[in-house]
Amino acid sequence: MSSEAVASTRPAIDMARVKAWLPKYGVYAAILLLVLYNIFFTPNFLTWSNLRIQLIQVAPIVIVALGMALVIGTEGIDLSVGSVMALAAALIPLYLGYGVIAAILVSLIAGLVVGLVNGTLVARIGLQPIVATLALFVGGRGLALVISDGQLKPIRNEDFIYLGSGDLFGLPVLVWIAAVLVLIVAFIVRSTVFGRRLLAIGGNRKSAELAGLPVKRVLITVYVVCSVLASIAGILAVARIQSSDASAVGLLIELSAITAVVVGGTPLTGGKVRVLGTVAGALLMQLVVATMIKHNLQPSTTEMVQAVIILIAVYVARERKTR
Amino acid sequence: VTQTVQPEAPQAIVAADIQKAERADRIVGIVQRQGALAVLVVVVLIASVTWENFRSFDNAATILVAAAPPMLIALGMTFVIITGGIDLSVGSLYVLGGVVAAYASQWGLIAAFVAPLLVCGAIGVLNGVLIAYTRMAPFIVTLAALLGARGLMRAISSEGSNTYLVENDAFRSFGTGRFLGVGYQVWLVAVLVVIGMVVLARTRFGRAVYAVGGSEDAASLMGVAVRRTKIWVYVLSGLLAGLAGAINAAKLGSGVTVLGTGMELDAIAAVVIGGTLLTGGAGTIAGTIAGVLLLGVIQNMINQVGNVQSSYQQVISGAFLAVVVVAQTYLNKFRRVT
Repeated sequence: MSSEAVASTRPAIDMARVKAWLPKYGVYAAILLLVLYNIFFTPNFLTWSNLRIQLIQVAPIVIVALGMALVIGTEGIDLSVGSVMALAAALIPLYLGYGVIAAILVSLIAGLVVGLVNGTLVARIGLQPIVATLALFVGGRGLALVISDGQLKPIRNEDFIYLGSGDLFGLPVLVWIAAVLVLIVAFIVRSTVFGRRLLAIGGNRKSAELAGLPVKRVLITVYVVCSVLASIAGILAVARIQSSDASAVGLLIELSAITAVVVGGTPLTGGKVRVLGTVAGALLMQLVVATMIKHNLQPSTTEMVQAVIILIAVYVARERKTR
Repeated sequence: VTQTVQPEAPQAIVAADIQKAERADRIVGIVQRQGALAVLVVVVLIASVTWENFRSFDNAATILVAAAPPMLIALGMTFVIITGGIDLSVGSLYVLGGVVAAYASQWGLIAAFVAPLLVCGAIGVLNGVLIAYTRMAPFIVTLAALLGARGLMRAISSEGSNTYLVENDAFRSFGTGRFLGVGYQVWLVAVLVVIGMVVLARTRFGRAVYAVGGSEDAASLMGVAVRRTKIWVYVLSGLLAGLAGAINAAKLGSGVTVLGTGMELDAIAAVVIGGTLLTGGAGTIAGTIAGVLLLGVIQNMINQVGNVQSSYQQVISGAFLAVVVVAQTYLNKFRRVT
């Protein structure tokens, strides 16, 4: 009789374990599976040039997704990241005449200002993050188009282009920058007071307030960090394609970034940020697209598959939510 | 001694205070509900005085025709937002509806309307079921639907390169014809909006929509079918987005595959400007009408100026949205305090 009981409970235990395991490590397992599949079935997958292209393509998404992960960790969302990229891109050709550093600084300041506006609207005025950032999503790209006269402007400054197309120790500069930013953000989340406060606010804003945390200041800082990261991505995008096109840079990137964060196992309910998971999420989506393109599947199929992956990832993560 | 002296005076003061607060509360409520309408009236007056072309009947008809598809989408979005949800898939469904309508027009007028409604309604059902039964965030479910619907649209249009022309004359003339000087589509939308207002304000379903948005737990304790209500609002939103696409296809004479990016956010903006709270439980269709028309009039004004880039429209819309929601929040706080 006891053996029967054991036999009947066993699958249940396994299911529970799978449920606990999936949201944590599912992304990595999926990446592993896809890489193995590609190694065996995709010609020229394991070539240096291919891996390089994949990394270059995924770098801007990773950078934007890092900021998005922090915002989502506070139970927020930032829809304005694509517009911030466009704004940064539009400013680059205007100020490149004063030098590379000046142009980059101006673009970063633009990101900082947008972040301050978003953060103030969310933290001080108390708007829902989705509405607060919607205003700059709509207005930001318009402003970028006004600044750039709606024209595509080629960039010929060698130093600036180096950021997007140059190499350092055999890897593209772009990828190095993204990697360093990942490490910095991971460090901030794990080992700084700011990171702890961020998670506490996302977990339960009321009790964070009651515990005396500077909730408003932390929230504003988070939105500023997110926007500045987005403007870095915008600068790098311009440096990579060697032209500034405010109507195209960062279009729909908010969706890719949110997808990467969600697939990476960061819950939309806040209180938790998976930095490495976010990177893995971005890589997974990139690999899915690349694999499907390599096998001559149409972009339409790719989009539908992406939709299914998002749903699965969120559904799996939902199981663990006890609140 | 002190006890006998004090009671009278404070009570009188409190009564006066309550009266004053009630009056202020009523004014704030009116501003919150009719603010968009007031701004719309002011903007229209200014534009009419400034531009001779603006105050013509033809221009008014043009504004209404251009506002017809966004109005339908915003109508569905109003229902969704009042339940406390959000539907990001409507922009994709709008394009998908247009492409399906143009493709189906080869089988006749009825097919051109029914096919997009079926396809987009089905995606609405999917949204609603996932949101109601799995408790996944509406934001994410409809985001996935945005991607999926766009993929579907590209799949049936040879990766977006194939623009189906409207082959049916009756469908085409629906898009271009006029009744009393105003396009057919405007009349259709007007009828649907009125039906929507009646449904929301006067039916059990309408009350359930408000109840679910106010408090899901309370609604379900009161015996409201929370899940069914949720599913229906997303179906409604999908159907209206598909219909909006069909109307647009009839107007353009083809199923254009590159439109509709950001349409969902325009709709949300219009709904929010119209005074519907994103937190759910409150809002009116009248406000949404004012919000949609306001955005349409701004666009039209920018066209009147002529030499101004159309990108200014985005800047102005964004600024409007920010000002309106900030004002709303302050009004709300004020109401709660008083």
